[in-house]
Amino acid sequence: MVPNYPDALIARLLRSVHRIAMIGASPNPARPSYFAMKYLLDKGFEIVPVNPGQAGKDILGQKVYARIADLPAPIDMVDIFRNSAAAGPVTDEAIAEKQRLGLKVLWMQLGVVNEEAAQRAEAAGLTVIMNRCPKIEYGRLSGEIGWYGVNRRTIDNRKPFAFSQGGTLRRD
Amino acid sequence: MAEYGFDTLAVHAGAQPDPATGARITPIYQTSAYVFENADQAAALFNLQVFGNIYSRIMNPTVAVLEERIAALEGGTAGLAASSGHAAQHLVFHTLMEPGAEFISARQLYGGSVNQFSQAFAKYDWHVRWADAMDANSFARAVTDKTRAIFCESIANPGGVISDLEGIARVAEQVGVPFIVDNTLATPWLIRPFEWGAHIVVHSATKFLGGHGNSLAGAIVESGTFDWAKSGKYRTLTEDNPSYHGIRFYETFGDFAFCVAARALSLRDLGPCLAPENAFLTLTGIETLPLRMKRHCENALVIADWLARDERVEWVNYAGLPSHPLHAAHRKYCPKGAGSVFTFGLRGGFDAGMKLVDSVRIFSHLANIGDTRSLVIHPASTTHRQLSDEDRVKAGAGPEVVRLSIGIEDVRDLIADLDQAMQ
Repeated sequence: MVPNYPDALIARLLRSVHRIAMIGASPNPARPSYFAMKYLLDKGFEIVPVNPGQAGKDILGQKVYARIADLPAPIDMVDIFRNSAAAGPVTDEAIAEKQRLGLKVLWMQLGVVNEEAAQRAEAAGLTVIMNRCPKIEYGRLSGEIGWYGVNRRTIDNRKPFAFSQGGTLRRD
Repeated sequence: MAEYGFDTLAVHAGAQPDPATGARITPIYQTSAYVFENADQAAALFNLQVFGNIYSRIMNPTVAVLEERIAALEGGTAGLAASSGHAAQHLVFHTLMEPGAEFISARQLYGGSVNQFSQAFAKYDWHVRWADAMDANSFARAVTDKTRAIFCESIANPGGVISDLEGIARVAEQVGVPFIVDNTLATPWLIRPFEWGAHIVVHSATKFLGGHGNSLAGAIVESGTFDWAKSGKYRTLTEDNPSYHGIRFYETFGDFAFCVAARALSLRDLGPCLAPENAFLTLTGIETLPLRMKRHCENALVIADWLARDERVEWVNYAGLPSHPLHAAHRKYCPKGAGSVFTFGLRGGFDAGMKLVDSVRIFSHLANIGDTRSLVIHPASTTHRQLSDEDRVKAGAGPEVVRLSIGIEDVRDLIADLDQAMQ
């Protein structure tokens, strides 16, 4: 079952989070996590990469941490670029550090769905999004992704900000 | 997500006031290229890491509005425009096929597509096997281990045939290949193929979408529901891509990966991009699609009914008529109308057909369909002239056959025109 989320919820999350821990961030420029990290950095988010194999190194100029427990507070959102099974333990780490980090949102990437983990995270007070990419959602809700012919499913009669300033996403 | 009605989407989807000027109507961005913000952004654009414009062969803001609008009307995740319907088909198959691969197509097809599939595609070593649009089992019988896709037209040119989309979709599902539907004659106002299980829709937007006979345009829409990774057969979408430093399109772009791959590889490399001015004219046409289609279908039914009662007419092939064998399919798949393109047979045969096309004064004698103007053609003396007598009959273009594309004029004037031309 593919979860469905209202645009208003996604837009509210993208406007409210600032520091995102990206679990499974890769230094390989061909990987989707690298695409998403680069895009979100360009849009003004702070991204903290988490990858035990890269700990201590830099990805896109950002210091890499080995695990969620090592992250400096605050972190608004954990974005999981791991497979659905691995998302379970990552979720539990995030729940364990929720208080210390001030964590509000647990986000699982496109293709990542773990219902049990989502239930645990929601029970711990986190807002959960699954099977979505924040890059694509940002591009969709700002209007920028329309350049790729993607169906944004939105109609807005107002003159948007320039896409470099958040486009339609900045308006509401 | 907001669920807007079809008529609202026809006017608004994909468009918003211009960010630079506030222009309410989508501007014609008549430019071949776009300046980069800086060297880093340029590199990221070429790597597909960020969204943005590079060069109008690959994307253009006016064309993008059209792509999104058609995607919205079809209920798909993304669209991609091309310079013609034929170009759109070329891009779809170029993304799916590899040398030696096969696909199955309904044989009830626009003649130009028969040529493209059987002649042009054979040069790429892609091979078509034929099936019957009204018999889903005929598709199942044509499946081999090389089958990569199944194709049909929702309402087939030259008209009358309404394909068994639900049955054919079931075959595609069982075989695990994408089901591609050419929705040109129906338009999403009559049929939305994704609701019957299709995965990709193609259009000649030249026809009813644009609707005014003024612009060539083609479009592709994807449903976002096909699992490109499952079979391992669609390597363009799933394997490391050498021309983008090893990215995998399906993994990176998810439910709109097909359109991104068709754009970033096939459109980029083959080049049949849509001109922004044609996109603008097509967009303007689409705003009135619901109004026009309603009138097209109403007029077509009245004229088909009038012809069916006329003693100079031998038969009328229009599924909107209750006596037609596909009337039940019409009620199931497109209850709002059976389209406006259909054929009828004149008792006077070849000579009567020639006389009719020379005598009409409102109907235009030309090789197109889906115009506000009513159109007529006598296939035996024109589009199918080069075939043998026997092949002409097989193709539904016997000597007595006349094809009509009914426009949105006053229907009594259209009847009067046909009546005097058949005298």
